[in-house]
Amino acid sequence: MNKFLLGFWIALLSFGASAQFRVEVSGVGLTQLPIAAATFRGEGAAPQKISAIVLADLERSGQFRGVESGGVSLDEIARPDVSAWRQKGADALVTGSVTRLADGRFDVRFRLWDVVRGQDLGDLGGQSYLATAGELRFVAHQIADFVYEKLTGDKGVFATRIAYVTKAGQAYHLWVADADGENAQSALNSGEPVISPSWAPNGSQLAYVSFESRKPVVYVHDLATGKRRLVANFKGSNSAPAWSPDGKTLAVTLSRDGGSQLYLMEATGGEPRRLAQSSAIDTEPTFAADGKTIYFVSDRGGSPQIYRMSTAGGSPERVTFSGTYNISPAVSADGRWLAYISRVSGAFKLHVMDLASGVTNAITDTAADENPSFSPNSRLVIYATQQQGREALMTTTLDGKIKARLAGRNGDIREPDWGPMQK
Amino acid sequence: MNRLVLAVAVAALLSACGSAIKLDNVPVEDKAGAAVSTPSSTTDGGKADSSAVGKGGGTGVDLGQDGKDSALQATSRIVYFDYDSFVIRPEFQSVIEAHARFIKSDKARKVAIEGHTDERGGREYNLALGQKRAEAVRRALGLLGVAESQMEAVSFGKEKPAVLGGTEAAMEKNRRAEISYR
Repeated sequence: MNKFLLGFWIALLSFGASAQFRVEVSGVGLTQLPIAAATFRGEGAAPQKISAIVLADLERSGQFRGVESGGVSLDEIARPDVSAWRQKGADALVTGSVTRLADGRFDVRFRLWDVVRGQDLGDLGGQSYLATAGELRFVAHQIADFVYEKLTGDKGVFATRIAYVTKAGQAYHLWVADADGENAQSALNSGEPVISPSWAPNGSQLAYVSFESRKPVVYVHDLATGKRRLVANFKGSNSAPAWSPDGKTLAVTLSRDGGSQLYLMEATGGEPRRLAQSSAIDTEPTFAADGKTIYFVSDRGGSPQIYRMSTAGGSPERVTFSGTYNISPAVSADGRWLAYISRVSGAFKLHVMDLASGVTNAITDTAADENPSFSPNSRLVIYATQQQGREALMTTTLDGKIKARLAGRNGDIREPDWGPMQK
Repeated sequence: MNRLVLAVAVAALLSACGSAIKLDNVPVEDKAGAAVSTPSSTTDGGKADSSAVGKGGGTGVDLGQDGKDSALQATSRIVYFDYDSFVIRPEFQSVIEAHARFIKSDKARKVAIEGHTDERGGREYNLALGQKRAEAVRRALGLLGVAESQMEAVSFGKEKPAVLGGTEAAMEKNRRAEISYR
């Protein structure tokens, strides 16, 4: 029975999300809120299927299960027949409308219903938006955020952005896209590799490593203007930029004094100061949300492991102990979780550690996972992996039970970094 | 078989060193690069094209392709490494000695030693591993009297494989440091 239902939901999703991505469900005992999205009035004539995008967002979060609406169209004024929606198995319902205005923009409205509480008490509110055609997807993500927050009490992350890199032949592109991988806009095209994009906490800049000058150097790139500043171009290699939570400081890996070592510098450039000193590799620094702790990778103990230390200096404390290859740490904004890549029997797998207890789980069944990054609400991880021989981006819940493969550009897609909440 | 080819190559290189070193026909990289195609992209003078990204859509920046360095193929400029190793194998000592003599013969010569890894593992960690290989070669050249000011050790990590594919044969060719005249 359960199996049957799961199969049904997966089929429904691949239809509902218009094949943009596929949500994979694994495991049992999931507590997901069943929700339906009626076809918005006027949606057929609009360039984006708002209701489908909203439902796909909610599904991807792992907190919701989509309920087939049967093509029923309801606007935000209509009073839904709650008993009929209860019979379909929905606990909640989104209704709405899309109206094209004389100036070419769209008026989008929606209402969220708790169909369990009934027609009189179940109105959970709604909003309206004015949007150009190009902004309609973003509006759908904002609606999904409203629904998510109303029904879970947590902030949604659908109206956030991600950065990633694609490689097609010898062409490398740095993209900024919606959190579902859609609506990608190119920030940089290069004939040489680009790696390690990292969002500034204000969401307006990206730091990254470019090989365009035949060595790795670090740029900070302003997304609104396209202007970029070469912030680390010291002798040797310059890499692994990470922002402090206040956006003022960058942690970087430099080899200018020999070996790959950690430094802190002003985000605007200037003279780096050494954070740690070892005769080993120290790299992949990342700030914890408190701004006072830096997690990083070091092979000082003989194999690459994750350590943490104070930004004020002092001796590092080892964090990972099992396995001989633990790299690419990411810390959730709420400080509870550490995501990283661990080599297990020759396979590189995404792991999530509960930092309080040290309990760690491998949450994928792929073998070439890379570069995890948390959603700003600490509920999802985006990471790169290989599927059917192609590089792909996935999101997963922290228990690994709900995964979605993000919409691909042409070519291989890699190096994801999840941006901050939109202000 | 491989060993034999190497031995012959090394012998050839050594005899070349004995007479006139022919290394100076190594092409110098053109660092100027292609023109930046959008006015908005800026301060770097590099070959990448950056672009504005707004809600509406932005135009991309094109870094363009710069000339392929065909000379990178020359075996005599490549030092190969064992898996997870940064030790220069004895058969490459003569290659390094030949380059050391060549670099020292002209104080204006600049050389980059570019470290590379195979495709396994993370990009940033591989960048650090490649750096370790490049620095091993740089140290070896330094011990032979090459001035630090003439050398720069950099890494491409796993970003620039010499051979594509995940076979052991391919990965063997990718664990390397390349001596590149600039």
